[in-house]
Amino acid sequence: MTAPNPQSSKPRSPLPFNMREVVLPGDSACPGCPIPMAWKVISAVFGEKMILVIPACCSSVVVGAYPGNSLKASVVHVAFASAAAVASGISEALRKRGITDVQVIAWAGDGGTADIGMASLSGAAERNHDMIYIMYDNEAYMNTGIQRSSSTPYGAWTTTTPIIGKTEHKKDVAKIMISHGVPYVATASIAYPHDFYAKLQRAKKIRGFKFIHLHAPCPVGWRFDPKYTVRVGKLAIETGLWILYEYYDGKIHLSGPSRPYMDPKKRKPIIEYLKLQGRFKGITEEKIKEIETYVNQHWEWVKRHM
Amino acid sequence: MGKLVALTGNYAVAYAAKYAKVDVVAAYPITPQTSIVEKLAELIESGELDAIMIRVESEHSALAATFGAAIAGARAFTATSSQGLLYMHEFVHWVSRARIPAVMAIVTRALAPPWNIWPDHSDYMDQRDAGWIMGFAMDNQEVFDLTLQAFKISEDPRVYLPVMVGLEGFILGHTTMPVELPDQEIVDQWLGPRRQEYVIDGREPLALGNLAWPEDTEEMFMEIQKAMNNAKKVIKEVDEEYGKLFGRKYGGLIQCINCEDAKYFAVSMGAWTGDLIEAINKLREDGYPIGVIRIRFCRPFPYEDIWEKVQNAKGIIVFDRSISYGAWGPLFSDLITGLYHYTNKLPTMSNIVAGIGGVNITYNDFARMLTNFVETIEKGEKPPVFTWYHKR
Repeated sequence: MTAPNPQSSKPRSPLPFNMREVVLPGDSACPGCPIPMAWKVISAVFGEKMILVIPACCSSVVVGAYPGNSLKASVVHVAFASAAAVASGISEALRKRGITDVQVIAWAGDGGTADIGMASLSGAAERNHDMIYIMYDNEAYMNTGIQRSSSTPYGAWTTTTPIIGKTEHKKDVAKIMISHGVPYVATASIAYPHDFYAKLQRAKKIRGFKFIHLHAPCPVGWRFDPKYTVRVGKLAIETGLWILYEYYDGKIHLSGPSRPYMDPKKRKPIIEYLKLQGRFKGITEEKIKEIETYVNQHWEWVKRHM
Repeated sequence: MGKLVALTGNYAVAYAAKYAKVDVVAAYPITPQTSIVEKLAELIESGELDAIMIRVESEHSALAATFGAAIAGARAFTATSSQGLLYMHEFVHWVSRARIPAVMAIVTRALAPPWNIWPDHSDYMDQRDAGWIMGFAMDNQEVFDLTLQAFKISEDPRVYLPVMVGLEGFILGHTTMPVELPDQEIVDQWLGPRRQEYVIDGREPLALGNLAWPEDTEEMFMEIQKAMNNAKKVIKEVDEEYGKLFGRKYGGLIQCINCEDAKYFAVSMGAWTGDLIEAINKLREDGYPIGVIRIRFCRPFPYEDIWEKVQNAKGIIVFDRSISYGAWGPLFSDLITGLYHYTNKLPTMSNIVAGIGGVNITYNDFARMLTNFVETIEKGEKPPVFTWYHKR
């Protein structure tokens, strides 16, 4: 259905297979859920040596019910607004105790990051605690049943934007984190595991606060066939709607998968991305134009900071 | 040996945290708690206290970070007041339900609106259903002792619950009193290294707080109730040990003054008990047989200890510095329920709510209320069950 990605034609070494020893089968994720996919990549980098701090979100359920746990790593479930704050405390306690080989990872959804968790995220970033904060962005409150968040894109249907669709653009959290002056910010996508893996590897080597904004298409909330999770994720890149980059040393470094789409002519029409998703059903031409304008502006911003 | 210094209540808190050798302090400023944080920051920056300070962006994060540090194996401490305590209320429950030892000082202050920085117990008593051990001091020496003891109680394997230490803002918090500081070596030996049931530091995979079914959840919370009962014994043991080592024993969950021959009892908590004791000393000279029961711990609620003292009482008057609107003062409600464990025939009981919003209650006020209470009963009449004592 889609043209081959110029990136995917290059030979790729497989990711390490130890991921299967940490992310166990039998979790409670929906079919096509991007969460366990992302965890496999994370565990390929850190193995068991990670502490995931998870606020209220889909992942609170995905790991399964007590006394079971589908992750063979440490998990701390915490209150909605507090992932970054709890991770701050853990990170400092480990430092005080001289433990240096364990990665503290705050793993939060878009609601827990862009909305209710914004203040604690900002505080932890400003204090530059040694942790990786990963915002897995499924662009709405999926766990409570697809309610609008500030990270929901323009025009999208949710159960709290049921007729008109969202009338505001997505909050750009990566941009907000860049302005905090933290040592590392990146965007990623579950559709590009090698890229995500490389970013985690880089983050692992940097001391201080690292932020990764991970695009995570949700079949249930976005209303697409569960087999298309990766395809939808890829189309977000190929249409230029989601841009993969890293920010360090004061500038943006565009990531491989997004490089071709710096040229607007190479981008697929946005409708290719939208039409796979029931949440954009019936979106008007006018709204698509508005999304295009937004995408172009976002690209201009990225280019200016490269 | 120990040394005598002049400290405000807030500094007494900070020094107790120092003597406990806390590893991590996470705090956010709020009047009247601020000088605790300032003092700790100074102690840490000067190198006198080898700890990490997390200067968080809110109280919610203060207790969240304290929780994070505690689960990762650090002796962790925070302090707050009033709105700050309400803002972190979600985490007050989170910490106790996770059964993680931690200590928090509450420099009590009224709740808004209207803005008010004077002390009452509204903020502190609002936390009483949260599963924390709740102690309350009467003077700055006790602030120090209680805060230090809080670490020992919290980290006792029979308890493993967080402990909050209450002290009134300004009345204790900003008032300088002589405080004897102990010998650090003896404290170290007595308190020992950090103890907790589990540590999440990545050395072995461990999950905390996964979704649990109703029966599992209820059983976890039933364990908190058990731990509360265990805490009664532990608090008394700690008081005994501390008394032997440092020369100050307070009596466990309650402190009784003039109780031996008392026919009437006044029950109260916090610094204003000092004024109450003064009033009773004066009334005793006039022949009023009144004793004071000072509640040092309101969670677990010490109804057994109080019953022991009041079995033959003609009347009990309970002073509350907070109110559960639409009902009564919380100490009063708890005491009646507690005494009902022992008798269907309660002595005459009266509840006075006073000092709300920081209204100053002097020993003259206490004397007036007490004589009124005693004389009403002596006349064979029944005093009102509930009175909101107000003056201007």
